[in-house]
Amino acid sequence: MVTGKSSKVGNSIAIAILFIFAIVWMFPIFWTLLQSLRPYGDVLKYGSVSWPHHLNLHNYWTALVQSQMWKYLINSFEVAIPAVLLTLFLASMVAFVVSRYSFKFNIALLMLFTAGNLLPPQLVFIPIFRLYINTWVPNFINGDGVLYDTQLGLILIHVALQMGFATFVLSNYLKTIPKEISESALVDGASVWKHYYVVILPLLRPALASLGVLMTTWIYNDFFWSVALLKSGDKRPITAALSNLQGEFFTDYNLLAAGATLAFLPTLIVFFTLRKQFVSGLTLGSTKG
Amino acid sequence: MTSSTTTKAATTEATPRRRRRGHNFTRTDRAVLTGLVGGPTLLHVILVWIPALCTIALSFTFWDGIGGLNQIHWAGLKNYQQIFTIYQDFKPAVRNNVLWLGFFALIATPLGVILAYYIDKELKGTKFFQTAFYLPMVLSLAVTGIVWDYIFRTNGFVNSVMGNTDPQTATSWFGDPHKNIWIVLIIASWRHIGYVMLLYLAGMKSVDPSLHEAAAIDGATAWYTFRKVIFPSLRPVNVIIIVVTVIDSLRAFDLVYIINRGRNGLQLLGVLVYDNIFGEATRIGWGAALATILFCLSIVPIMLYLYQTFKKEK
Repeated sequence: MVTGKSSKVGNSIAIAILFIFAIVWMFPIFWTLLQSLRPYGDVLKYGSVSWPHHLNLHNYWTALVQSQMWKYLINSFEVAIPAVLLTLFLASMVAFVVSRYSFKFNIALLMLFTAGNLLPPQLVFIPIFRLYINTWVPNFINGDGVLYDTQLGLILIHVALQMGFATFVLSNYLKTIPKEISESALVDGASVWKHYYVVILPLLRPALASLGVLMTTWIYNDFFWSVALLKSGDKRPITAALSNLQGEFFTDYNLLAAGATLAFLPTLIVFFTLRKQFVSGLTLGSTKG
Repeated sequence: MTSSTTTKAATTEATPRRRRRGHNFTRTDRAVLTGLVGGPTLLHVILVWIPALCTIALSFTFWDGIGGLNQIHWAGLKNYQQIFTIYQDFKPAVRNNVLWLGFFALIATPLGVILAYYIDKELKGTKFFQTAFYLPMVLSLAVTGIVWDYIFRTNGFVNSVMGNTDPQTATSWFGDPHKNIWIVLIIASWRHIGYVMLLYLAGMKSVDPSLHEAAAIDGATAWYTFRKVIFPSLRPVNVIIIVVTVIDSLRAFDLVYIINRGRNGLQLLGVLVYDNIFGEATRIGWGAALATILFCLSIVPIMLYLYQTFKKEK
């Protein structure tokens, strides 16, 4: 009985400590939200740590309309959504072949993809930069006629890098699905394409959903490649465009807070609505930062 | 290792190999198979592995990056020699990367494991705690930098609470080259801890509950059970966490770039690469050499990871 009591006390202490940690963890986000709701004048008058005398959505309005953050939000989705769909499509094809047919190169191929995903991006981007500057694209994609400074280029590099992770996760997932399901399809004499498209792809749906949620967040959040591969300000996704709200001499920090909130709101919504997929996506592969 | 796997995959993927165990491929099936594997592999190799190899090659050359490829001159090991001897930002960058790794390995990662241990007990409010700790992972590093700026700015939360927001005399958390790296490490840990916790939690859920019970019957304390029973059975997760910790410490870029472009006490190898390519003086050779140094450092965790994941299948 004594032990039961002490563990109860121990648990209460643990809960209290966890609670303090959790509050500290959420505080910066809460604080940014609060700043975004206060007018600049209010903070100027009373200081940033003060009772808010005015709370309104005015900063959001300014950020969205006047600073055109809505455009950058759309840019973000224009990159993230095609990139994720293409990645999932290509990765599922490779995963299908390596997990359903026993070719000699299967493991080497998986290792190539997995290692490629773990390389530091800095190692890749000098030649990519040169390659993009010298790759011709039709004028309707880019007025300059090259792949550099296009969203297509950004999408391609995201696909190439994320594919490693996605292939690895999907092939692991497929290995847990009994091969008998495939075999019955083969007995029916289905072609390879039909085997992939009709049998395997529907089986992959839960894993594709988890990966899709996770990779949308990653690509949406990317900063490095957007800054490196896009020079026109108006093409940049919102993570890279936030600097537009920071003036050279003067920054309205309450407006910036609203911009930052707008930038993370979509991922926050995704997290709260599709949390299960997000978490399982991360643990499916158990790698990648 | 890089080149051998690349060529291996390249040569094998072209010919869809002799069939085995009853695969009776028609001509169309063969074409489809080649396309299914070859297309994605080609894209990955062209945009990831070939550039990676080119960077390594470029690290042995001088090039201003502006002129054509004929402007590239052989440099031997000169770039490396110069980086190690006369490049002033190199030492602070290495020191900061090592500090980053040390801080993650000794403080952030263990803290994530401890949090996972308590969350796994499913105490009251566990859902709320999980949400709180996962939240930073959802934010981009760029936004993370802005969010924490409100806390540590000269007239931000911390200084306001401490009662001095005067631009002249107040503590400049981001500006002081002796303090700013620690602030950045706190911010980076804010994200990293939740990630470690998530991975560990998933691992602990997969531990056979009978292990717990057996240890409890033997009268072992909870801490002893964790140390001697749970922790050793989580070897795969432990390896993954080591890999994530090392790779993330080496890749670090966004956060310091957002804060002050990685200068004045916040130098990191990842930022120096960027600086030498897009900075005032473009020295592609130096940038490439720095990237290659980063790569050499990453090889260890990458190999460890590959070994851990693929050893069963060999």
